[in-house]
Amino acid sequence: MNLVALTIHDASDKLRRREISSVDLTNAVFQRIDATDEKVHAFITLARESAIERAQQADARLRSDPQVSPLLGIPIAVKDNFLTRGLKTTCASKLLGDFMPPYDATTIIKLRDAGAVLIGKTNLDEFAMGSSAEYSAFFPTHNPWNLERIPGGSSGGSAAAVAADQCIAALGTDTGGSIRQPAACCGVVGLKPTYGRVSRNGIIAFASSMDQVGPLTKDVRDAALLLKALAGHDPADSTSSTRLVPDYGTALNGEVKGLRIGIAKEYFVPGMDGLVQQAVRDAIRKVENSGAERVDIGLPYTEYAVAVYYIVATAEASSNLARYDGMRFGHRAEARDLTETYMISRDEGFGPEVKRRIMLGTYVLSAGYYDAYYLKAQRVRTLIKRDFEEAFKHCDVIVAPTAPTTAFKIGEKIQDPLQMYLSDIYTISANLAGLPAISLPCGFDGDGMPIGLQIIGKPFDEVTVLRTAYAYEQATEWHKKKPTL
Amino acid sequence: MKLSRESVQRIATLARLRLTADEESEITGQLDRILTYMDKLNELDTANIEVFTHGIDNLSALREDKVTNQPNTDALLANVPDRDGNFFKVPKIIE
Repeated sequence: MNLVALTIHDASDKLRRREISSVDLTNAVFQRIDATDEKVHAFITLARESAIERAQQADARLRSDPQVSPLLGIPIAVKDNFLTRGLKTTCASKLLGDFMPPYDATTIIKLRDAGAVLIGKTNLDEFAMGSSAEYSAFFPTHNPWNLERIPGGSSGGSAAAVAADQCIAALGTDTGGSIRQPAACCGVVGLKPTYGRVSRNGIIAFASSMDQVGPLTKDVRDAALLLKALAGHDPADSTSSTRLVPDYGTALNGEVKGLRIGIAKEYFVPGMDGLVQQAVRDAIRKVENSGAERVDIGLPYTEYAVAVYYIVATAEASSNLARYDGMRFGHRAEARDLTETYMISRDEGFGPEVKRRIMLGTYVLSAGYYDAYYLKAQRVRTLIKRDFEEAFKHCDVIVAPTAPTTAFKIGEKIQDPLQMYLSDIYTISANLAGLPAISLPCGFDGDGMPIGLQIIGKPFDEVTVLRTAYAYEQATEWHKKKPTL
Repeated sequence: MKLSRESVQRIATLARLRLTADEESEITGQLDRILTYMDKLNELDTANIEVFTHGIDNLSALREDKVTNQPNTDALLANVPDRDGNFFKVPKIIE
């Protein structure tokens, strides 16, 4: 049996039936990492010893208490922007380097309480700023489907680790598509919940009005299981919602009869890859054939979303990253006085994309430009949110591509930041409006690279998003395809 | 050009970032292209549109003010670049 290829729900069934142990599963995952990570480079830090210890504890719990979380004993990888007490957390930045968090993120505590086995921390674009994982200060991650290609970003390490069977599932964060776009690039499932559904406490902040934690998994059922474990109010995050967490598992009945799926013409533009467009249109037909009703909707402000996003996100980032001053933690340079210490520490610690975004964010917030850029963008953001409110009067979910192209070649866009930003064109609107959205595999291009289908839902309606995704997944085999490594 | 070298220097100082001359000229060109792209927003009349503040309802910002964590000085100081006893040691601020 190929243990590492198991989903959470399959592995959990086998663990309960005592066909396998968590220690076996965890060892198999580390063997797989040892055999493949020289090529993929998905991990920054591995937690071998603590993982085996946790797996032993899980095996003991499985013997004494069979009514346990489906995550008990499951090896999970976590993006390296989640604080993990006693386990180095770098955010893929030289500035944080060997930072040792004094506390755990709330989502890490929830995973641990559910009995999941944290196996290591995955690579990302520095401070989660990027769409290719190339902006990691340490090394780029390679796409398991083709090692010359990017895995997407910023949660590129988590997506690649899931695709390469280096873990059973992973966690990422999504500020402008950072879970969904890498999920699409690597042929796995990635879910960004509604803003406020999952606690952000202990996530290294990038753009606080959009950051959200979510799962990267091998199928839709696993995404539902992980969301159930992560979601809920947290007193330590004032933006986390007190709404009850539904049982997402019961949404997975394959039933979409009468469901209204919205198709926006703005998401099918001339510049997009023809095969991506074809695969997404085929997927829409498939969902229609299962009994859903297609509704044409308009999202007229979509073309302004990239400009709005890169003003709002960089403005928030420039203030969030002001804390990295080299005084209490992180890199501190030797300099003549305090101001120079700040300036040189930050120059030496931050990479080029982070600097670019801090500069852009500082500019749009600076005296004389605040109204013209920041406030203007926040007004257009209201228009984008209204676009969705209007569209959701006529449909239950919106179906779209996740990205305009499949994974591009490593190095292809690194010299052109604006081109890189445009690869987020279909994902950022959900962050600007705070909506839940999932990406799942819907085909391959001519080079054998995976294509992602995106399903966007109403606020806090992850149930319908998951139900639609599951119905499509049940009708196809794409999620069963594996890269050869 | 929307952006001069001087304004890039001013922004870098505000952001407490030292930039080398090469970085400065590269970033000036890049930011200029990005800001030109953002001019797209000026196509829209937003005079009567409210500014977006937050996306979700039932925010639960208030809670009882009581200590729930256990401060651990050693854990908190474990990452400090320069330490003196239980203090963060920082460069001299006042001459």
